[in-house]
Amino acid sequence: MSLLRVENLSLWFGGVRAVDGVSFAVEKGEVFTIIGPNGAGKTTVINMISRLLAPRGGAIEFDGRDLLSVPAHGVIGRGIARTFQNLELFEHATVMQNLLLGRHAHRTTGLVSELLFLPRVRAAEREHRERVETVIDFLDLHRHRDSMVAGLPYGVRKIVELGRALAAAPRLLLLDEPAAGLNPEETEDLAFWIEDMVADLGITILMVEHDLALVNEVSDRVLVMNQGQAIAHGAPAEVQRDPKVIEAYLGA
Amino acid sequence: MRYVFKTSHDQDIDLLRHKSDWGWYAALIALLAAAPALLPAYYVGELAFVFVLAIASVGLMLLTGFTGLVSLGHGAFLLIGAYIEAHALRAGLPLPVSLALATLGTGAVGILLGLPALRLTGLYLAIATLAFSGIVEHLFAHWKFLSAGETFLTVPNPRLGGVRFGSGPGYYYLALALLAGTVLVCLNLLRSPTGRAFIALRDSPIAAETLGVALARTKTMAFALSAAIGGLAGALYAHKISTLTAESFNVLLSLELLMMVVVGGLGSIKGAVLGAVFLGLLDPAIARFKDYLPPAIGAQSGLQLALYGLILVFFVLFEPLGLAGRWAKIKAYFQAFPIYRRAMFKRTKAYMTSERMR
Amino acid sequence: MNGLAVGAIYGLTALGFVLIYKATEVVNFAQGDLLMLGAFIAWTLVVPLGLPYVLALVLTIAAMAAVGAGLDRFVMRPIIGQPHFAGIMLTIGLAFSIRGIASLVWGPQERGLPTPFAQQPRNVGGVLVQESMLAIAAGTALLCAVLYLFFRHTRLGVAMQAASQNQLAAYLMAIPVKSVFTLTWAIAAAVSGIAGVLIAPLLAVELNLWIIVLKGFAAAVLGGFGSIPGAILGGLLIGVAEQLVGVYEPSAKGITAYVVLLVVLFAFPRGLLGEPQGKRV
Ligand SMILES: Nc1ncnc2c1ncn2[C@@H]1O[C@H](COP(=O)(O)OP(=O)(O)OP(=O)(O)O)[C@@H](O)[C@H]1O
Ligand SMILES: [Mg+2]
Repeated sequence: MSLLRVENLSLWFGGVRAVDGVSFAVEKGEVFTIIGPNGAGKTTVINMISRLLAPRGGAIEFDGRDLLSVPAHGVIGRGIARTFQNLELFEHATVMQNLLLGRHAHRTTGLVSELLFLPRVRAAEREHRERVETVIDFLDLHRHRDSMVAGLPYGVRKIVELGRALAAAPRLLLLDEPAAGLNPEETEDLAFWIEDMVADLGITILMVEHDLALVNEVSDRVLVMNQGQAIAHGAPAEVQRDPKVIEAYLGA
Repeated sequence: MRYVFKTSHDQDIDLLRHKSDWGWYAALIALLAAAPALLPAYYVGELAFVFVLAIASVGLMLLTGFTGLVSLGHGAFLLIGAYIEAHALRAGLPLPVSLALATLGTGAVGILLGLPALRLTGLYLAIATLAFSGIVEHLFAHWKFLSAGETFLTVPNPRLGGVRFGSGPGYYYLALALLAGTVLVCLNLLRSPTGRAFIALRDSPIAAETLGVALARTKTMAFALSAAIGGLAGALYAHKISTLTAESFNVLLSLELLMMVVVGGLGSIKGAVLGAVFLGLLDPAIARFKDYLPPAIGAQSGLQLALYGLILVFFVLFEPLGLAGRWAKIKAYFQAFPIYRRAMFKRTKAYMTSERMR
Repeated sequence: MNGLAVGAIYGLTALGFVLIYKATEVVNFAQGDLLMLGAFIAWTLVVPLGLPYVLALVLTIAAMAAVGAGLDRFVMRPIIGQPHFAGIMLTIGLAFSIRGIASLVWGPQERGLPTPFAQQPRNVGGVLVQESMLAIAAGTALLCAVLYLFFRHTRLGVAMQAASQNQLAAYLMAIPVKSVFTLTWAIAAAVSGIAGVLIAPLLAVELNLWIIVLKGFAAAVLGGFGSIPGAILGGLLIGVAEQLVGVYEPSAKGITAYVVLLVVLFAFPRGLLGEPQGKRV
């Protein structure tokens, strides 16, 4: 059974058919990438999976269960975390606080016990920090642990956002253009991390990306979108030879 | 810079990071505890009032400084707390019960206001809270049912175990203890998931939502907590003014509270307290200073208002991180003494994201 | 009719908000205090200095425009582009300063500003109307017409509109955005000065005039916080609603504007004419 199944999904903004009858399935343990020219509707698909946008029609199933009945804040509880194309970090909090917010879905304490900071709140906090520390190790964020996000360079912020999603220990990770704005070394690191996340952490990845070198390096399968529609689908190399894809990129 | 070598998570979790901090705070508490014995009664009263303002300021800080929800009508919560306190004491209830009622009752009102306010953001929310406070003030001024039919509602001076807590040293210690409790509770919250959710809501509601923060619930919670703390402050305020009129809690009080939060430094509990201390001590200072001015100027209430305005303008323009930010800079300066760089505190973009309405 | 006249004043205050908001994204909480300042300046010109009403009006407009331009140039400019909250706090600070200074200069007494308009009712198309109310209505209408012509048909007006819709694009089109902001503040302050003069027959000249800012908010929100006709319309609606409520329940008159405001906001969280607009991610 596929981990994520998207069926005939569509969403129009006024007259713009941002997504128009897109279907695909992501298998457990793979890196599935959506590519396509600007405005193809890739981000809109991601936004619908994370329930920030309600589709006009179609179905989304995760792990065999309907996802469209879940509110946006419940998606992560099902095991889906995401990053954003233009970074949505908590700017005036430290990196540590950002990462700890990645653990929010795993909170076990209630308001009253937190106000009093009962021992079990402390115990839970220790545990969250323990988990966050493994993410910091994994992404090598030690140097920035206590820095304010607002002062960090773009590349580091991108990694912090990835770390925040990872801290949630998701089963499916949605990455919207993770390499945009990264320099070649950082992109290199990203490729390794993506491979490690899949191999060592057992995470499935659905990614939107423009950097075709990275796409070819890490993706198992690629879906090409243009003007809201899926126009090709298959292994990275195979898809890029498809005349429809070449036309979509050249014509755009 | 003092570099702390961390060996356990508790070092990050604990409120006081350094051993020396303990000493400083213990000294501060000891000094404040001894104040009634050392200072003339007038100053003890002023100090107690500063504590009350600080409680309200901390409550507003939670909402505006940490959750990013601007309230221009926080005075209304103080008003409600004050009237609950007065009615409860007049009904013969003991002080702890009346204080609990004022806190919880006002918190409940906060939820009532928070629920419809869920759909509002930014400026519209600010304006709605302003309207709300106007309505509350009006209702308490005109509804006999709320004001017991009296324009000036007297607040009994409660006695507990032979000590009067509505005035004098009893009032001072009560206010001090409640301020300490409020600060502690808020700091606890801020090192727990709920407090982090508040910050998340402030900096990026969208990301917060995808991380599992239920926006509506969290906003309501922030309103409820902030209102409850406001209610507690209001209950103490009631004893300070001892006869209540709705007008004592008008929009100017709300704006003054907001000013404490800004002058103190948004996003800092220490700032909330510093702001309250600063503005709370400004009034008596002006009052003393007036004696030296020609009566034509000194007799005017305008002097105080103009000064308030100029201070606010000054802070927004030149010290947007407030007193707490200034404090941090001074501390960093001394800790890093030979190598302090201005860039250590270069101005970053202020955090409330602009959201154009049209 | 009284309601309409008061409403016109609220509308003018709302107009000031909208002008400044559209151009600079600052919500000017000092709008009511500017109105008060205008009233005091006019009073000073008419009563102690004995100038004729019309001359005083013109001088008040000029003085207020200068005040507005000065505020923008020396106070508001550093916070351009900062979040709403900074603007709110800064203009609250300005409001306090203006009120405090006015109190130091003029004191807390109420004063009357004599106007050339009679209080006698006059028959206009079968309805009895006070002449002074007519003056307010006519003044507001005239002002709106002038502003309309200015924004539609002068280069400067069109440039200002462009700047308010897209600052960056306007800047790239070589429109001097900063001067446009200054001009906007000058116009908004002048408008509130006019409102302060026009209001004279209705209310005494005193420090508490600033309260009108709260009514102005309600009017601006009701009008969608973006359009000039909306602001005036919102003001008129609030003025009439207050009048009607005052007839049935005099004590509730003062909070009518608040109630209307809350009801509108809860029904239309982005204002009556506000466009839906969510953030894209
Ligand atoms: N909230 C919205 N309101 C209106 N139109 C929108 C909205 N979000 C996206 N669109 C439109 O939908 C289309 C698809 O946008 P989307 O952001 O999904 O593209 P994309 O494939 O992610 O492009 P890019 O590679 O530039 O990120 C575009 O034409 C865009 O303008
Ligand atoms: Mg995109």
